[in-house]
Amino acid sequence: MEARLPTGAEKLIQCLECEGVEYIFGYSGGAAMPIFDALVDSDIELILVRHEQGAVHMADGYARASGKPGVVLVTSGPGATNTVTGLLTAHMDSVPVIVLTGQTISSMLGKDGFQEADVTGITYAVVKHSYLVKDPADIPRTTREAFHIATTGRPGPVLIDLPKDVTQAPCDAPFVDEVDLPGYSTPTHGDPEAIRQAAGLLSSARRPLLYVGHGAVISNAGKAVVRLAERLRAPIVNTLLGKGAADETHPLHLGMLGMHGTAYANKAVDACDCIMAIGARWDDRITGKLDEFCVGAAKIHIDIDPAEFGKMIQPDVAIAGDARLVVEELIQHVEPSDTREWLEQCQTWRERHPLKYARQGGLRAQHVLDRLNHVTGGNAVITTDVGQHQMWAAQFCLATTNRHWISSGGAGTMGFGFPAALGAQLACPEKKVWAVVGDGGFQMTQAELATAAIHKLPTKCLIINNNFLGMVRQWQELFFENRLSGVDLVGNPDFVKLAQAYGIKAWRIRRSADVDRILSQAHEYDEGPCVVVAEVVKEDNVFPMIPAGSPISGMIIEKPRNPLARPTGST
Amino acid sequence: MTSATPITTDLQPVTGSTRRESAPDGSKKPLHTIALLVRNAPGVLVRVAMVFSRRGYNIESLVVSPGAREGFSRMTVTCSGDPSILSQMIKQLTKLVDVVHTIDHTSTDSFETEIALIKIRCSGEERREILQIAEHFKAKIVDYAAESLILRVYGGSDKLDALIALIPKENIVELVRSGKIVMARALEKT
Repeated sequence: MEARLPTGAEKLIQCLECEGVEYIFGYSGGAAMPIFDALVDSDIELILVRHEQGAVHMADGYARASGKPGVVLVTSGPGATNTVTGLLTAHMDSVPVIVLTGQTISSMLGKDGFQEADVTGITYAVVKHSYLVKDPADIPRTTREAFHIATTGRPGPVLIDLPKDVTQAPCDAPFVDEVDLPGYSTPTHGDPEAIRQAAGLLSSARRPLLYVGHGAVISNAGKAVVRLAERLRAPIVNTLLGKGAADETHPLHLGMLGMHGTAYANKAVDACDCIMAIGARWDDRITGKLDEFCVGAAKIHIDIDPAEFGKMIQPDVAIAGDARLVVEELIQHVEPSDTREWLEQCQTWRERHPLKYARQGGLRAQHVLDRLNHVTGGNAVITTDVGQHQMWAAQFCLATTNRHWISSGGAGTMGFGFPAALGAQLACPEKKVWAVVGDGGFQMTQAELATAAIHKLPTKCLIINNNFLGMVRQWQELFFENRLSGVDLVGNPDFVKLAQAYGIKAWRIRRSADVDRILSQAHEYDEGPCVVVAEVVKEDNVFPMIPAGSPISGMIIEKPRNPLARPTGST
Repeated sequence: MTSATPITTDLQPVTGSTRRESAPDGSKKPLHTIALLVRNAPGVLVRVAMVFSRRGYNIESLVVSPGAREGFSRMTVTCSGDPSILSQMIKQLTKLVDVVHTIDHTSTDSFETEIALIKIRCSGEERREILQIAEHFKAKIVDYAAESLILRVYGGSDKLDALIALIPKENIVELVRSGKIVMARALEKT
């Protein structure tokens, strides 16, 4: 008797196995049933989430922590549309995620069938590329292309929409190794002439500065960046997403720059005479008022995506290439200049304007995060949600290791932190993983407590609970005459009881004196997930702060006495 | 509502020779002609169009046709918008997986042409004048009816503009232009 041909769905799963997929983050449904059926006989482990948004954030966290693509499987219609926020998050932050969506049968496409949505149409703007598979024979080629596109060059999410008749039909197409994409090329080594020019600018600068972004994390450029900084005797700053590429505890490292970066990092940006972006895109959180950003400083831009050159800032030298390869080549060509005065100046700023917070008047989020940095010793993977806690975590939890800091930067997606931590935990089962979240964002994806509990993931979730949407409240206080609107989260559940309802261990911190003890207990707890709820003071502000649209020189280091003009920049 | 006009015309009024110089909103934004070589894949047109729309560029004309190589198509896009973001937009078009290359032919040495079909209501004296205009512009009468003519004319967009401007607006029943197609001169790539 002849062996039965595999179905399209079985072929798809075999293709995923060939790609080395360990986990699929998914949620089942009618149009995806053939694929879920094929998973039964596969070694790929299905992580059943509680909401599709959580699935994409988990795959995203998995990808950011491991460098490998995260895979999502959902059904058609609402299952697919629930992934859009996750796709945007991955797209904005260049994360390789593959989203497989079930689709109604081909003959029903465009006829408003049950749970039909034009998923490729809805997602065009939030994917690197996408496919609607019309023929089972295309499955191996499409899958190979999707993984290639998602993981190479500037990574990003790729969506594959799979009509149910396509996944049910027999498929005898062979596996594909090579891709044929004539419109797709990715630079690797930079142009030698551009590298020589950049080396010239760096070598002649008296106040050089290295500005490190997510591209340096993705290309694992951190060690090369540190070597370059040491050779040039130039300080380093990094973006929110660049944290961890170059060790933030290195003496040449000034921490995070930008809207809520350290005062000394921003002062260095404002005063440098040569700034080199390494896998960073001069985001509006970084530049503030564009016309006044680093006026007079030479600007060098290293990026694997040439479309970033000139988008925000017109660089003097643009180098298209892989950040690590380009920086390694640069090291060969630079000559250190005398930067002693410059480093002394940076050190003076560091001493004069350290990060600080009030030690009295109740439990402070900054204190909790400062101690978290101490308890983890910089060795844990930390994910965050979005808001005040995110900025405080970025300020106080110094990242020493690549891929140990995971945060939603470009999209600023609330609800990201907790599911991303679960994905990161699966990617790094031996590591301690902490999700730092606020009470607002946590509630957007808190249903994933079940996912954490079922899989006994030893992830620690630290909820910084101020019963407010703190960052918006801060803006209303500073710029809107404290007219609070839509920020009071009255009605929050008791998060300790909530965790316990899922069978999850939970602690509550009310007093500063309990911080170290409880954080240490949670850090050592490895029987499953745990939750620490820090009941912090309701009203506190993140400083330093550069109001949106303000030049860097308009940085506010402490709470101003007088009311401020409303910011001109976006959000 | 304005009073009903007895002559059926295209929804977009023809504004004569100014059409080629300014954007629909009346601002004096230059027109660009961008040639793309793309993979003939589903969705490629949407992806290309989205790069324009996201940046507030208006597509004036768009021609898509099969290229010399099987599986690839040619797109010629004429558009208006802020010139300062054009080069960045071209990079974003090039970045699309299905786009092989993108070339801005706004100021390069290229040959360009366009075809127009013009349906004109005319009879008697009017008709004689239209025929004279047609002859001058080497336009061909492709439909000769009792009350109307259809002219087919090709050439540079300026020539088409000039012809259209000579025909009384109220006599133009319908106007269809193919949109510009371009090709780089000599052995340069389009």
